[in-house]
Amino acid sequence: MSNLKLELKEKIIEQLNLEDVSVDEIADNDPLFGDGLGLDSIDALELIVMLDKDYGIKLADPKEGRKIFESIDTMAAYISANKA
Amino acid sequence: MNRGIAITGMGLISSIGNNVEENLASLTSNKTGISRITQINTVHKNDIMVGEISQTNDMLEKKLGLAPNSYSRTPLLGIVAAKEAIAQAGISNIKDCKTGLISGTTVGGMDKSEQYFYDYFESDDHWNHINGLHAGDSTQKIADALGLTESFVTTISTACSSSANAIMLGARMIKAGELDRVIVGGSDCLSKFTINGFKTLMILSDTYNTPFDENRKGLNLGEAAAFLVLESDEIVLRENKKVLAYVKGYGNANDAFHQTASSENGDGAVLAMEKAFQTAGIEPSDIDYINAHGTATPNNDLSEGRSLIRIFNGNVPEFSSTKAFTGHTLAAAGSVEAIYSVLALQNNIIYPNLGFKTPMSEFDLVPETILKHKEINTVLSNSFGFGGNCSTLIFTKEA
Amino acid sequence: MKKEVYINSIGSVSVQKTFDSTQFLEDIVTYNDTTLKVVDPNYKEYIPPAAARRMAKGIKMSAVSSKNAMKEAGLQNVDAIIVGTGLGCLGDSEKFVSDIIKNDEQYLTPTRFIQSSHNTVAGSIALDMGCKGYNFTYVNTSISFESSLWDAKLQLQANEATHILVGGVDEMVDHHVDTHRFIGHVKDKPVAMEEVLSSHTKGAVIGEGSHFFVLSNKKGKSTYSKLTALNIYNTLKKENIAEVITGFLKDNHLLLKDIDGVILGNNGDIEYDHFYTDLCSSIFENTPQLVFKHLSGEFDTATGFGFWLANKIFKTGIVPEIVKLNDKNITEPKRLLLYNQYRGRNHSLVLLEKC
Repeated sequence: MSNLKLELKEKIIEQLNLEDVSVDEIADNDPLFGDGLGLDSIDALELIVMLDKDYGIKLADPKEGRKIFESIDTMAAYISANKA
Repeated sequence: MNRGIAITGMGLISSIGNNVEENLASLTSNKTGISRITQINTVHKNDIMVGEISQTNDMLEKKLGLAPNSYSRTPLLGIVAAKEAIAQAGISNIKDCKTGLISGTTVGGMDKSEQYFYDYFESDDHWNHINGLHAGDSTQKIADALGLTESFVTTISTACSSSANAIMLGARMIKAGELDRVIVGGSDCLSKFTINGFKTLMILSDTYNTPFDENRKGLNLGEAAAFLVLESDEIVLRENKKVLAYVKGYGNANDAFHQTASSENGDGAVLAMEKAFQTAGIEPSDIDYINAHGTATPNNDLSEGRSLIRIFNGNVPEFSSTKAFTGHTLAAAGSVEAIYSVLALQNNIIYPNLGFKTPMSEFDLVPETILKHKEINTVLSNSFGFGGNCSTLIFTKEA
Repeated sequence: MKKEVYINSIGSVSVQKTFDSTQFLEDIVTYNDTTLKVVDPNYKEYIPPAAARRMAKGIKMSAVSSKNAMKEAGLQNVDAIIVGTGLGCLGDSEKFVSDIIKNDEQYLTPTRFIQSSHNTVAGSIALDMGCKGYNFTYVNTSISFESSLWDAKLQLQANEATHILVGGVDEMVDHHVDTHRFIGHVKDKPVAMEEVLSSHTKGAVIGEGSHFFVLSNKKGKSTYSKLTALNIYNTLKKENIAEVITGFLKDNHLLLKDIDGVILGNNGDIEYDHFYTDLCSSIFENTPQLVFKHLSGEFDTATGFGFWLANKIFKTGIVPEIVKLNDKNITEPKRLLLYNQYRGRNHSLVLLEKC
């Protein structure tokens, strides 16, 4: 699980071009959207593609993403439970 | 009241008809143009529905006397529509007065660019399409087909409000005395580029789009070209022209909220409508029918609905979106719906908002769902686009 | 009564070091190439990292040039934003197309598509500035920038707006250059800057850039010049161009001798430079002739650089040697005329006056 979390942080930084953010700066329970990492709705769509491409999980409704992408913790838990 | 700009010709090709008359026949008989895609081989063909024009490029090229595969579909559609508009306006010599052309497009020649993107490097068979990627190239081809030379010809690309803005600029040019006549409108064809682009935004419906419905699932992309001829009062008088309707008001504003989404309360839309009322010199209560942007995305219809409630102070007049007939024809949507607005004035009708069943939970707005006959003197048409672009046009029977 | 239209500020990011407004082509960037990239300013000084991460190059360049123009005009906001661009943020459009093909329409992400919308620069400036005013984007090859000027002039003269931010931007993108080289629009072999305009070969050297200006109907502290007249033509018969130009001047109650200099769009393409050289040996024979595309490279909105150059000349009174085409000198320029066309089409005439 902790490997998955590290992997997710690396992928988020790369996929979303967060050049000035390092893996250590993202705590597992930090909110990814809003006040935390400051991601927005377009980032959410990027993360949905990442779930599909890298973990074989398809979301049909972008609204589903909101809960899943709350933090690295929630993302990792969702991926572990639903990985194809 | 301020004086409107005369509309003397219209031309239109969409998935519900190859000319203005066929479009009107479909609109008044609940005939939707939404279907599965047949002319583009996309992996998404079973997941999406589109408003596709049944004529193939070959058929269009034959009709226009062009060699096979000489143009992108965008100018082909544009030429068909622009020629119809010129014919209706009774123009035999396009250079008998100071004439301009203003066209809107978003995809331009992307249909060919995406097809031959790597082929260009393998053979020279399709190099005729290389320069077609310029959005302005489609406008140039339309100008050439109309015989328009040494003239004011330009292209506007403000996403899904492009051709509404072309109409706006045209009206301003005539008002300022810069042109006597201007052909305004837009053209956009379906392409893998836009299908996949809207797919990434997750706003494409997998079934028939249902504007302003609680359970709407997103938009259907469409393709169309639509042009109108605007002429100065002097030309109308000189040639004793029949005026179809008038461009009475117009307004453009920016939502300045998000790159692709509309603000929750439709600030930009409210500003655009306010400006349009101002240029027209009329009150919201003068509006008899609203042809809404109504794309059937969750975001647009909520934002637009709220903006309508705000600007009409709760008393929203009869409204409908015609996107359930045509799909969202992107850059062409504004001019397609401008023509539908004129047809509503001419025939005193309000089009049904197909597919509507359940009012949205956020407000109690209910669009017209069956064809309605009513005296119509003033129509408001909205067009909104990416980049926060919001445009409103007002059309009237009388100047 | 029509209001006057003033150019109250300028901002530039180009192949030359033009983003530093204190300089005026003193330190020229030379090359021996067929394509040119802009001298990148330190974008971080202008754009917060969170905003920059998704920005296409065209947006970044325009963030810098538009902010510099706004700063010089002393404005926080404007009544309208009007942008011209031949191809928009083409780099992202082409990446999105290649992703569609390579991934067989799977696993595509929205960012590149969003940036591909031609009006993304105008929209992003409005978003950053919080400008809810009129927002237009013109995309008609070599008259994209002039169409924007036209629209701004129309509004300012009629007093529908007081301050308008007007710009032109285009990116240099490999696929586009490679394919246009196939059809002879881009030079086949590298050319040195000093030789490009006399290269006698087909095609142009392709550049990129972003130029923004605040146009106002009120004179400001920083005013550069006055936009007196402007016209665009989709086509012109070559044999009529001289007549069109003298007619354009006549409409503005001017004669050729009233023009202190003409700024021409020569780009070294042997197939089309005769549009300019024929004028140089006829109506403009006694007029100081200036050129700039050997410095900026050719692109749809390269005339933004020409417009920038004219305004710098008005402000400084200096005409850098490197832009002179003939040996006629300009002293105290009062009026400068810009004439441009691309590949024999989309001609523009812009008349600027000192004020």
